[in-house]
Amino acid sequence: MPSMYAWIRASACNEDNHMSTLATPLPLAARGPLSRLWRSPSALAGSLLLLLVLFMAASAGWLFPGDPLDMVAEPFLRPGADAAFPLGSDMLGRDLLAGIFHGARVSLLIAAVSTAIALLLGVSGGLLAGYYGGWLDAGLMRVTEFFQTIPSFLFSLAIVAVIQPTVWTIALAIGVTAWPSLARLVRAEALKLRHGEMVRASIALGASDARILLRDILPNAATPILVSASLMVASAILTESSLAFLGLGDPNAASWGNMVGAGREVLRTDWYITTIPGLAIVLTVLALNLLGDGLADVLDPRERK
Amino acid sequence: MSAILQTVTASAPRRARLWQATLRRLLQLLAVVLGVAVINFFLLRLAPGDAAQVLAGEAGAATPEYMAALRAQFGLDQPLLVQFGKYLLHLVQFDLGYSFRHGMPVAQLIAQRVPATLLLMGASILLAAVGGVILGSLAAYRAGKLADLLVSLLALVFFATPLFWIGLMLVVVFSVWLDWLPVGGMITVEAGYTGLAYVLDVARHLVLPALTLGLFYMAVYTRLMRATMIEVRRQDFVRTAVAKGAPAARVLVVHVLRNALLPLVTMLGVQASAIVGGAVLVETVFSWPGLGRLAFEALFQRDFNLLLGILLCSSTVVVVVNWIVDALYVRLDPRIRLQ
Repeated sequence: MPSMYAWIRASACNEDNHMSTLATPLPLAARGPLSRLWRSPSALAGSLLLLLVLFMAASAGWLFPGDPLDMVAEPFLRPGADAAFPLGSDMLGRDLLAGIFHGARVSLLIAAVSTAIALLLGVSGGLLAGYYGGWLDAGLMRVTEFFQTIPSFLFSLAIVAVIQPTVWTIALAIGVTAWPSLARLVRAEALKLRHGEMVRASIALGASDARILLRDILPNAATPILVSASLMVASAILTESSLAFLGLGDPNAASWGNMVGAGREVLRTDWYITTIPGLAIVLTVLALNLLGDGLADVLDPRERK
Repeated sequence: MSAILQTVTASAPRRARLWQATLRRLLQLLAVVLGVAVINFFLLRLAPGDAAQVLAGEAGAATPEYMAALRAQFGLDQPLLVQFGKYLLHLVQFDLGYSFRHGMPVAQLIAQRVPATLLLMGASILLAAVGGVILGSLAAYRAGKLADLLVSLLALVFFATPLFWIGLMLVVVFSVWLDWLPVGGMITVEAGYTGLAYVLDVARHLVLPALTLGLFYMAVYTRLMRATMIEVRRQDFVRTAVAKGAPAARVLVVHVLRNALLPLVTMLGVQASAIVGGAVLVETVFSWPGLGRLAFEALFQRDFNLLLGILLCSSTVVVVVNWIVDALYVRLDPRIRLQ
């Protein structure tokens, strides 16, 4: 039901935008958010770019079966110099293209796991604080404020530095610092809905708190959660690459940040080793931001004018 | 943080209000410091090996008796709660522990590095705010035109670019290829400049780091400014101002800009902690001798005492930046009073 709900809210609040859709009697399904997603240029561009990155991650093991950290070519091969290695090789003779493909895997995995952790913490914290209120709300909000005050990047850095960097500890460190803004957002939604007719009806029907939280409130907060999740994946990729750049990447995984950090020593002469993986990060984050913007536009036009 | 601010109609005496706000802020700072202290303390306990093992490892082989003596010396053999109490006791005396690597108390090390970080942050925030306001206004006034498209596109790209990578690319272009600006550092050590020459030298070194840190936030502010400005321009009071014949420049500065600035100031407060985090990266790229660079060194030397001291200190910086933001807020919007 969330899609219908979003659509009804959207059409009620933004009449001029929806005049055309209302004037042409399309079947309801065709006017759903998904079909409108394809008409938003930023969402479309973002989705296509993201599909490309997902394809790279999925096909890495198949297109580049060897270990991307192995020396396979002559070192310092410029892009285009050898047809077998279109993007060239780094100072250790590692194939940059293979690194980019395998790096997509590592970056997306860390981003996905950390976002899942942040979603779990942020959504449950926000729901509980917003629905129950009182001291629970006050306490949870103090914790949220606290986590928003300490520089989250430094905090993740300290966590990863203290417990050794692996793909999982990095994801954990990013996840436990990324949830506060989401908790606030979900709390605000829960506060809005808590005294609404829908929740009151559910209470009258004898629904349990868990059922109200998961079946009534959560689906109606899905839109902002979805939008901020896509932005969280984007910023997790940025954070992971920054950690890796500082030498806190998983040393056994080829991540984009690791590649940028490794190329830094030869920046003066062989800048392409740093530039190419950096471009991969930019494009992926750009794709996620575009998708987030597009989702926000399409799912809830009230939020953006 | 902005919980301290509130729109009020009936006002308590101004002086009493000010005292209350100050007290509330100090309590808030205390809570933050205490919270970070708890995290620091337990993170340190999570680290593999304690201080005694690290020191003993450096000295070569160590007998169990020597280790026990070291532990007793550092109080590591006492119960966790006693250790925590001692840690707090030291903290209230501004004693953040000792950095064995630098052979200096952590607090002193940090105090040496804070000014450089504040300079970098200040310059970046100024650049981001001024640039963001100008570009955002331009995009809002030309909404849908070519200029808007270009500005929005640029903002989108910089919003998606990792800070350290912008820094490296700027180094490649401006330091390596064009050779206009220094690669890193804060001063030309061998030149030994004084007076105005010194200031100019620091300014030359500041350009690239400040640009790197500023561009990302400029992108954020540009996007925000464009959105708010388009909204403010639709308001009735702007239409009234235009209708009564106020010159366009006056409408922009007095009516539109002042109101559109509020969300930007809010954003600044929200992002203060992210800017501190960004400073770590930028300082690492440019060897800028600030807190971030120190954190990076501490990381590599596994000097956790120092690293966690920096976490504590930078959280304090964030709280103070938010105080400044609150003060700015009150100046910008007279309807808002300190609670």
